[in-house]
Amino acid sequence: MISMELVDISRLQFAAVALFHFLFVPLTLGMVFILVIMESTYVLTGKQIYKDMTQFWGKLFGINFALGVTTGITMEFQFGTNWAYYSHYVGDIFGAPLAIEGLMAFFLESTFIGLFFFGWDKLSKVKHLMVTMLVAIGSNLSALWILVANGWMNNPVGSEFSYVTMRMEMTDFWDVIFNPQAQAKFVHTVSAGYVTASVFVLGISSWYLLKGRDIEFAKRSFRIAAAFGLASALSVIVLGDDSGYVVGENQQTKLAAIEAMWHTEPAPASFNLIAGINEAEQKNDWSVEIPYVMGIIGTRSLTKQIPGIIDIKARNKQHIINGIHAVVALAALRSNPADAAAKVEFDQYKADLGFGLLLKKYTANVADATPWMIQQATDDTVPRVTPLFWSFRVMVAAGFSLLALLAVAFYASVKNNFMRKRWLLRWALWFIPVPWIAVELGWFVAEYGRQPWTIYGVLPTYLSASSLTAGSVYGSLAGFVLLYTGLFIVEMYLMVKFARQGPSSLYTGRYQDELRQGGGALSNATPAEKA
Amino acid sequence: MLDYETLKVIWWLFIGVLLVGFAIMDGHDMGVGTLLPFVGRNDNERRVLLNTVGAHWEGNQVWFITGGGAIFAAWPLVYATAFSGFYWAMAAVLWSLFFRPVGFDYRSKIDNPTWRSTWDWGLFIGGFVPPLIFGVAFGNLLEGVPFHFDNDLRSFYTGSFWALLNPFALLTGLVSTAMITMHGANFLMIRTDAEVYRRSRTASMLFGVLTVVLFAVAGVWVATGIHGFAVTGGDIPGALPNPMDKTVIVQAGAWMRNYANYPLTMLVPILGFLGALLSILLAKVNKPGMAFISSSVSMLGIIGTAGVTMFPFIMPSSTDPQSSLTVWDSVSSHMTLELMFFATLIFLPLVIFYTSWAYNVLSGKITVDFVKSNDHSAY
Repeated sequence: MISMELVDISRLQFAAVALFHFLFVPLTLGMVFILVIMESTYVLTGKQIYKDMTQFWGKLFGINFALGVTTGITMEFQFGTNWAYYSHYVGDIFGAPLAIEGLMAFFLESTFIGLFFFGWDKLSKVKHLMVTMLVAIGSNLSALWILVANGWMNNPVGSEFSYVTMRMEMTDFWDVIFNPQAQAKFVHTVSAGYVTASVFVLGISSWYLLKGRDIEFAKRSFRIAAAFGLASALSVIVLGDDSGYVVGENQQTKLAAIEAMWHTEPAPASFNLIAGINEAEQKNDWSVEIPYVMGIIGTRSLTKQIPGIIDIKARNKQHIINGIHAVVALAALRSNPADAAAKVEFDQYKADLGFGLLLKKYTANVADATPWMIQQATDDTVPRVTPLFWSFRVMVAAGFSLLALLAVAFYASVKNNFMRKRWLLRWALWFIPVPWIAVELGWFVAEYGRQPWTIYGVLPTYLSASSLTAGSVYGSLAGFVLLYTGLFIVEMYLMVKFARQGPSSLYTGRYQDELRQGGGALSNATPAEKA
Repeated sequence: MLDYETLKVIWWLFIGVLLVGFAIMDGHDMGVGTLLPFVGRNDNERRVLLNTVGAHWEGNQVWFITGGGAIFAAWPLVYATAFSGFYWAMAAVLWSLFFRPVGFDYRSKIDNPTWRSTWDWGLFIGGFVPPLIFGVAFGNLLEGVPFHFDNDLRSFYTGSFWALLNPFALLTGLVSTAMITMHGANFLMIRTDAEVYRRSRTASMLFGVLTVVLFAVAGVWVATGIHGFAVTGGDIPGALPNPMDKTVIVQAGAWMRNYANYPLTMLVPILGFLGALLSILLAKVNKPGMAFISSSVSMLGIIGTAGVTMFPFIMPSSTDPQSSLTVWDSVSSHMTLELMFFATLIFLPLVIFYTSWAYNVLSGKITVDFVKSNDHSAY
């Protein structure tokens, strides 16, 4: 039997390194488009200030990008190190988008990012802009392939199980790419990245305006961030709703848990705004409901029903009972591939193989599973409701509050009076962390909401981990936490230092602190003075 | 439509190409990292070294990332078994690589000697440790790795981290370090002048000699000192992959079998020697560009030697030889191999094309004057 402690600590390590990685990814995804906008304006208008903007925000982008790359290396290899059985079992499908991501996207992004920073004097204006655009395309294509892989974990289309090779194998690559889950996730995730970067630029620009420094620079940055941010925030919310649209059983489960919807309600179901969740008795002690909304979001109709948790569990119990036959027949086929009776039995029940495997957590010999074990496995099929319910609500609240900020900021920038609205500038400044809260919770909802599966309906998380000792994973987790924390402190120190210094960190002689010190004489200054 | 057997061989070659590509591209960055504290004697010189690879190391590192992704996609059992088995070695590689992005990007942003020297040693670790560990890993592959599968193809590694660091594996680790450092020194000769150039030239010749000597010792050791593996039944090239479906024996001299049966394969180790010898000579006569090509050829030969020696084995098992992974039985499905074949065929030439362009745009010597006049934008 696999130790539960090993599985739990492996999950904790994955959660830690993935959430840490995603502190940097959204800013990269969005910032690069803001740089494209700024540099395009420079190329079109020829105004130096837009080049300065591209270079300054590019500096902050670079500081962030370094840690994105650092933490990304871990992501590529930890499926092998910590999720070896997963890697074997689904590598045939899951590995392909990861490899293509490297070949098609990450190479592009990483090769051209060097030219972005070091090619200013070597390339014509238009060529340099093309380089910046290629970085943008590369980073966003990267996100596409990663989300194709992640979408498949939630909705494993285009593949089937082979008992000879004892794994899932690809049957249709186009199904994997055009998986509706993957497409919805991609749009939602990159848009969230654009919002993150917009709020970052908006907030820092507001700080300059509050301080009354580098006004022209800050105003232009503010306007671009407000416009790009508003469009992106609308995209996150409108298209984020697509993630809620029910296309498969997996999302029904996630949706029911997110909504704390215990019973199937008559269509169209109402939406629980907030509720007092009672997990033990599978009910809500109280709730504030908005009629109809849930049914419309979930089914795009007024008549289709959304199943509640109790009904989903009842359905899953039958899947598990069928799955026992599949597991038993598979064992027979593994010891004797010529066993015709076992083959017939397996083909009949193989759709529920994954559900049968859920019992492995309770017994090595699935054929002898007791009713108690079956009930335990059934209860496992829906993740705990409370953390999902509240994480989702905080995420949505954060999303709408960002939409409000960006809408107001955009309106004020059209009116051209935002410089005087100090409350708006302060709001923007204080809201810098909010997008990160939303995106981290978004990933929590997506991944925790898929439990107990790594691949929905196919492979339980319990079976996915490598055969390591829990001690090894505690040790490596401690190492990751230590190194990441150290690097994060360094990154934040530099980010704050350069954000405070502002465009004067470019040493062009045109910005605030430099003017005070007497302008363009800096190229002759000693290094100590410049620092 | 290519048949399954052909695709399996192609993927063995492709993974080889990606590993050699990694050694040539990311390898020269790592060589520069290894040499950084020694060839660069003051801050300006160290910044010269950093800026020779400053604009390119990020793209080059993707050879490593893509290599990992390609092994995942084409050899999922190898990806799963090797990376979980070599758990602490992989952790050491990842952790040492962490110092590179931040080292390159953050080091020169603060003008403080302690700060800069800390990151210099970080970059040294990021350049020195990964090639050493990869070499150690290859040594362990040649010796066989203690792992086995259960009936569900779940892998169990039964060795320890410290067992990886045995004398033969440490020797192959040093082969890897020597060749990467030679190669990095050749790159530095192309991109630098004055003192930095002269020290790089000395380093190139020194590590060239080390490469030749250590590679020769490792060769003799493989031929006479360790047992090889041989498939005695099953493992049919065109069959659906199932590692448990074969018989394997451990045999003295088995690693020389391919060279005996196909004498032309002797060319591969010969390339390893010839390339390194030429690199020494060309460094001596101040032809850094040609020396760089020679060290690339040498690494092709050395990495190729490991591949040819073990073929069709990828990861033999010392404790349960039947569980050994081979080119025939650790691969993805026919469809995935074919799909990835075309993806590689389309994208890898594109990568090589735009990488060459990037190098071309930013070609030329990096000098101390360049660093001084780009104090705020250069690394």
